[in-house]
Amino acid sequence: MRTVLLLLTAVVLASLPLFAGTFYINLASQILIAAIFALSLNLLVGYAGLTSLGHASFLGFAAYASAWASTNLGLGFAPAALLSITTTTLMAACFGLIALRATGLGFLMITLALSQVLWGLAYRWASLTNGDNGLTLAGRPAPFGIALDGAGAYYWFTLAVFAAAFTLMAVFVSSAFGSALKGTRDQPRRMAALGYNVWLIRWITFVYAGFWGGVAGLLYVYYHRYIHPTSLSITTSAEGLLGVIAGGSGTLGGPVIGAGLLVLLKNYASAYIERWNMLLGFVFLFIVLVIPEGIVPGVRRLLSRKGSGKP
Amino acid sequence: MKLSRRTLIKGIAGAGLTAVAAPTLLAQTSEAVRVGLLTVKTGPLASGGIDMERALQMYLKEKGSTLAGRKVELIVADTAGVPATARTKTQELVEKNNVHCLIGPLAAFEALAIDDYIRQAQIPTLSVAAAEDMTQRKANPWFVRATSTSSQCAHPLGEYCAKELGYKRMITIADDIAYGHEMCAGFLRTFEENGGKIVQKLFPPLTAPDYGTYIAQLKNADAIFLGFAGSNGFRFVRQLVEYGLKDKLAVIGGMTALDEAVLRNMGDEALGIVTTCWYSADYDEPINRVFAPAFRKEFGYDPGFYAAATYTEAAVLEAALQETGGKVDDKAAFMAALKATEVETARGPVKFDKYGNVVGNVYIRKVVRKDGRLVNQVIKTYPNVSQFWTYDPDAFLKAPVYSRDYPPAANLEN
Repeated sequence: MRTVLLLLTAVVLASLPLFAGTFYINLASQILIAAIFALSLNLLVGYAGLTSLGHASFLGFAAYASAWASTNLGLGFAPAALLSITTTTLMAACFGLIALRATGLGFLMITLALSQVLWGLAYRWASLTNGDNGLTLAGRPAPFGIALDGAGAYYWFTLAVFAAAFTLMAVFVSSAFGSALKGTRDQPRRMAALGYNVWLIRWITFVYAGFWGGVAGLLYVYYHRYIHPTSLSITTSAEGLLGVIAGGSGTLGGPVIGAGLLVLLKNYASAYIERWNMLLGFVFLFIVLVIPEGIVPGVRRLLSRKGSGKP
Repeated sequence: MKLSRRTLIKGIAGAGLTAVAAPTLLAQTSEAVRVGLLTVKTGPLASGGIDMERALQMYLKEKGSTLAGRKVELIVADTAGVPATARTKTQELVEKNNVHCLIGPLAAFEALAIDDYIRQAQIPTLSVAAAEDMTQRKANPWFVRATSTSSQCAHPLGEYCAKELGYKRMITIADDIAYGHEMCAGFLRTFEENGGKIVQKLFPPLTAPDYGTYIAQLKNADAIFLGFAGSNGFRFVRQLVEYGLKDKLAVIGGMTALDEAVLRNMGDEALGIVTTCWYSADYDEPINRVFAPAFRKEFGYDPGFYAAATYTEAAVLEAALQETGGKVDDKAAFMAALKATEVETARGPVKFDKYGNVVGNVYIRKVVRKDGRLVNQVIKTYPNVSQFWTYDPDAFLKAPVYSRDYPPAANLEN
């Protein structure tokens, strides 16, 4: 049953450009990008128990780095992407050194502060980032000679990256290392007593999450062909976090569902409801009240309760 | 009922044919012209964005939603003032709603974010945003702007301050965004060319909660130029009064510093402030004599920059539709008609240069009290002002785009 469902989803996802209109294909690309972003944040929030409010740093930095390298250094897309991902991962390594001095609220505040620093730089260091005017990317890359300019082509590209990201993150959390990570989330002191280096486990996860955040940033800037300081703002971080929490942190499907819900509410529902912010609020209120653990675990709970026939 | 297979196939084929034929038929006869409005209805820029929608709705209502004999369908999208959302919303309007043309967006960075998409999708866009290069060095062929560039109104004001008001030393202060930089740069250029000196340039962040620190460092000068957007001009003037500097320093404003939208919340402290804009609710001309009172009657306040912007763009759209006989399907022809438009609007006569930017009147205005409310009374009109002012367009375009540091200020005192 589960395999059938997964296969069906895969087929629908892969064949989407064949039957959907351009607008919906683009919307799907955006959902996939947001999903990679939320999945990477989920490594921290769900599996390491570290709530970050600065994850947009990685998305924004990677996007800026690649746009800047393409326009100012004249690099091709591949070297620019490589440079951008490398620097983003290095930055994550440094940010991890600073942020992981604390956990809980302290961690949240430090990640927030670091991302605000980047946001401020993007706004004010106009000679580098073009300030409020943002950076424009000349076009989309053409890996192996396949142009990604069309909505369908770009969607398939995003889908491929998404599949890779999902698999690699799934492997990461279900490996022995992933189990140790969950251990540090639930019982950090016991894990330390057992001889695990809790700090190192968290740091590696932080860097890994930063790496995937950077990948999401690359896809983001290729999609929009434009990057503006708002992409580094607290709103972007908070939206990612909302997606993770709404979908269900600590699950693999949750962040994907949550990010999808958020993109749909923001970009689709807003065309029909003027006060879509209010709708967003109500949806989250509903989630918190009825399924506080998030959509995916919550629905699973409701279904199993129904299935077992117990009230 | 028995249905043979052949009948069924015929039926399906027939239905299919009708479905294929129907849209083409519709397009020829009664299909409406779909106009997409990119505006901001949530977030800090919302007050201007809502005015944009109101004025455009009003224009269409006056015309019975029919321009040049064709029904017009308006689809409004809220970009929330976020570039990425502006882009998604533009795609939605184009790909889902199949709009024929766009009005908006509001902010410069939104226009820059959708720039390449407009080129790619070839959608005629009537912009409100003032981003200079959209009609200058990187002129977008699908872009017309009936409002103004950031510096278009600041150029005449610089000359006016130096020549007519006789100011020698001035300070400029503006929001730290491209719009503020470009406006101050234009002002600085003409003011200094006419013998004035800019002795200080200040750029507080767009969301500065308090201007006290900036007011405290103001140098001795004849006047201060405010290049603010939104409600910042209003807040700055209020603080200037609180610090007791209002009488020592004349206040001069750019085109959104004391917009009608904020003027209605101000008191006597605003009296006498001179500003520049391509519009004034007090502008005495037949179209505006109808528009401004009607808007005031409907919503209870004077139309300002944003309301006049879409009202003017709608007039341009109507004139272009009349030119093409209501046809919009040939995008190139429609775009050419838009650029060739010469029309009387609420802001005065409008025509376009070859880059798609307006050549029109710029008004120097002074805040006075009229019928118990504050208005921006027109005290001088500069007719047919181009985005290049009196400079040679080619030389102008060869120089860098106006910015924080260009043109350089030679007379700063530190």
